[in-house]
Amino acid sequence: MIGSFKQIKKDEEDGGGNPYHSTDKTSVLQEARVFNETPVNVKRSTHVLTKILYLLNQGETLATKEATDAFFAMTKLFQSNDLVLRRLVYLGIKELCNIAEDTIIVTSSLTKDMTGREDQYRAPSIRALCRITDASMMQAIDRYMKQAIVDRAPGVSSAALVSCRHILKESPEVVKRWVSEVQEALSSDCVMVQFHALGVLHQLRKSDKLAVTKLVSKLTSSSLRSPYAICLLIRIVARLIEEDEIGYDSRLSDFLESMLRHKAEMVTYEAANAIVTLKRSSARDLPPAISVLQLFLSSPKPTLRFAAVRTLSKVAMTHPNAVTACNLDLENLIQDVNRSIATLAITTLLKTGSEGSVDRLMKSISSFLNDISDEFKIVVVEALRSLALKYPRKQAVLMGQLADMLRSEGGLPYKEAIASTIITIIEDNPEAKEKGLDHLCEFIEDCEHTTLAVRIIHLLGREGPRTRQPSRYIRFVYNRVILENAAVRAAAVSVLAKFGAQCEGLLPNILVLLQRCMMDTEDEVRDRATYYHAILATRDSTLIHRYILNPPQFALPSLERALVQYLQSPAVEPFETRMEERVVPTHEKYAEQLSAIPQFAHLGPLFKSSTPVELTEAETEYMVRCIKHTFQNHIVLQFDCTNTLNDQLLESVSVVVDGEGWVVQTSLPCASLPYSQPGSCYILLPIPEDIMSTTGTLSATLKFTVRDCDPATGEPDTDEGYEDDYTLEDVEITVADHVQRAARSNFAAGWEELGATNELEDTFALSAMSTLEEAVTQITQFLGMHPCDRSDRIPEGKSSHTLYLAGTYRGGHEVLVRAKLALADGVTMQLTVRSDDPEVSEVIASAVG
Amino acid sequence: MSGLLEPTLYIIKGIAILDNDGNRLLAKYYDPSIFSGVKEERKFEKNLFQKTHRANAEVIMLDRLTCVYRSNVDLFFYVMGMSYENELILVSVLSCLYDAVSAILRKNVEKRALLDNLDLIMLAMDEICDGGIPLETDPQVVSQRVALRMEESPFNDQTVTQQVRQKLETTTGVVLQSAREQLKWSLLK
Repeated sequence: MIGSFKQIKKDEEDGGGNPYHSTDKTSVLQEARVFNETPVNVKRSTHVLTKILYLLNQGETLATKEATDAFFAMTKLFQSNDLVLRRLVYLGIKELCNIAEDTIIVTSSLTKDMTGREDQYRAPSIRALCRITDASMMQAIDRYMKQAIVDRAPGVSSAALVSCRHILKESPEVVKRWVSEVQEALSSDCVMVQFHALGVLHQLRKSDKLAVTKLVSKLTSSSLRSPYAICLLIRIVARLIEEDEIGYDSRLSDFLESMLRHKAEMVTYEAANAIVTLKRSSARDLPPAISVLQLFLSSPKPTLRFAAVRTLSKVAMTHPNAVTACNLDLENLIQDVNRSIATLAITTLLKTGSEGSVDRLMKSISSFLNDISDEFKIVVVEALRSLALKYPRKQAVLMGQLADMLRSEGGLPYKEAIASTIITIIEDNPEAKEKGLDHLCEFIEDCEHTTLAVRIIHLLGREGPRTRQPSRYIRFVYNRVILENAAVRAAAVSVLAKFGAQCEGLLPNILVLLQRCMMDTEDEVRDRATYYHAILATRDSTLIHRYILNPPQFALPSLERALVQYLQSPAVEPFETRMEERVVPTHEKYAEQLSAIPQFAHLGPLFKSSTPVELTEAETEYMVRCIKHTFQNHIVLQFDCTNTLNDQLLESVSVVVDGEGWVVQTSLPCASLPYSQPGSCYILLPIPEDIMSTTGTLSATLKFTVRDCDPATGEPDTDEGYEDDYTLEDVEITVADHVQRAARSNFAAGWEELGATNELEDTFALSAMSTLEEAVTQITQFLGMHPCDRSDRIPEGKSSHTLYLAGTYRGGHEVLVRAKLALADGVTMQLTVRSDDPEVSEVIASAVG
Repeated sequence: MSGLLEPTLYIIKGIAILDNDGNRLLAKYYDPSIFSGVKEERKFEKNLFQKTHRANAEVIMLDRLTCVYRSNVDLFFYVMGMSYENELILVSVLSCLYDAVSAILRKNVEKRALLDNLDLIMLAMDEICDGGIPLETDPQVVSQRVALRMEESPFNDQTVTQQVRQKLETTTGVVLQSAREQLKWSLLK
């Protein structure tokens, strides 16, 4: 046996093992002339055609002319009745039909085979025919297709149904005519026919939810024979459950559960997977599915174990407790011969196990990490990340492991996952910062992925200057300038500038380094070096702050709109960029809508739009919600109204508001509000001069003329209506409506830069709040500002916290807020506000409380 | 996007048969969005072979694909689906491929035999999967639909019993009749 094997091996080395080894395109296409012989030389033709198909399969490409020639030569072979040869011709047609021209020529031959007696021809000829015909030609074979779909021979029926599915992609209207035949095929005895029929039927009805529901309820109560069809049905049912918000049918989930007891493993797995993946599934629904998967864990079939453990690892992310029951079985899989199974078992255990088992599991991972694919290495990294966040005490061990992994082989996604996990740990735990930065520094010394290197260098620029010894990072960064490609060099130059801007002692050295970078071969690097050098050399803290530490951040679509508006206006003063510094772009849709209304055209650029506020209870006669649009000196209130009474037509709908200090300048009513068609009316309010009265409460009433109408047609019964009104909830204009979120990449520097000139400080007791998280969310929301330096995230278990907020006040005033929070019987807050305008500071400080 | 599986007939993303050096003998990929060209396909096949030729572990996840595989002597059979595809469906397709090939090659699942019958193997692959839809998963039906040339093949005394059993298993009544005839004939000789 071994001897003969060696013989074969030797033959192969001579090229004799593979008769197709030395096949080349030109000579094979020459040989294709044999197709033209009469009578057909079956043996040689078969051989040559196989060669052509082999070449195509190996990835050889034919030019259109070559393909067309081969195609036409091939059509001659229809003269032969050799079964294999004919079937190969079908294959050839399918392979060449996308390259060759005029393939329509074989339609009649194929139609003949399709309608003939020989089953061996009929099924494959249908499949070949449907590849070469377009929608218009389908008309011609319409009748034959209908017959084929319900043919007694399962092969023919399947071939027709599968072809239907392909045609559906291009021309669904053709297949729609065959729906009753497809429905008939659904009750076929053949396993595959049933599966294909269900697939086609679902695709046809996919967009019509009611039809899908009907189909499902019919099929779930009858019992399908085909396990493949059932798997498909389970997916359809799961989708229905997931999409259905309100009309949730418990019969559907009962069906899923009953499928857990099906005799085919394929089906039970599909059902279990669907149940655990459904977002709706609660901890109570999971156990039956989990115990099915648990059974699979000890199956002798690797695929079954793999499927089960992979699904369980997914469940462990959301419901770790539900999986704990399987821990023992999972432990047994750690030594599985299939590395993928072992990896998944370990990562699942990492999610469900206790702190004590971490070390042991880590050891078993590192023993085979090199054998598994990147996909799984990423799974491991993800598990380590969640572990690090769960058990901060284990971070030292984990960081070591991650650093090892960073040094080993792997592709970009893998390395990226490791780097971002290290970054997460650094951000989460200040004590791990220096250690983590060291690992990352070492990594970029030898990193082939530009994007990753840039990201890490950027991180060094953010974190490095704030460490105890910033100078040690300079070497790593400057090395990049010497050794790397342009993108990395440019990033390194920017980071050097950041070090120079923040570390007084290093500045002279940095200036020297930047000067060297000015000789760079790349424009961008040179430009950056020159730019930063010039700014740093001035040693002007305002400039350094404004252009290096906290460069303005714009939302580009809004900036573009504002610039266009500026160019169209007759204004002579320079463009104020300050106004446009923001994190979230203004709502483009609103900006466009409002500027299209002539009465609002003169208001200037839109500063901010609030999120919609409901002014009515849900499910009342009229639904009104209000959006507040803030401009430089005006506020526009937009009321979106919906009439939910089908026997009323509302006309001249407007909202009347009243509040102290607020005068309505313009009111734009909505002319007509038919049933269920939303309409908007607007009110324009100038903002009071006195900055302290720019907030307030406005009472609101909806006023309109009612005309009764016929519910069916919506036609009004009367010519004359009567006036009516409807009281709405009050509209609040808050501080947040005047503030735009702005980003500060370096809050501390911004804080110093703004100075204490307009500082206001006050202490508040926020007795209504019981946690720091709640306080942080509330304050951020209330002031409408942006949390900086990730200060919106509170380390677990802390009883005090400092929140940093940045924003732009209407008119382009910079505002920074520092809120020191302490937890003790409610939350105590010391609020410090700095801005470039004393009045703005006062407004912000007085807003809280 | 939820993690629910798409209710679709297009379950198979690719089928490949490689030799023991990881070279492609036959391969088809049904979803152009996965690999942009032959070069990427080959790179994937090399990688896949690297990861699978030593451990006979039946399933692996690679490049966002779930691949189930099986090997014999110098042949490696692979069926690929999306990363969260029901592996058991893929395995049923793989078993069908392997058993059909085995039936066509009369249990002689080796590279040489496969290349000698390349035309029939191509037909079998075409019968198993059409454009990504599993067309037939019963290996008997598949080999029946393609193994049309049985009667031409030369019989000799060592293989005759096996071949006849094969025929009895896989062919229809007509062919069965002719097999009996041939058996009689070859025994008489």
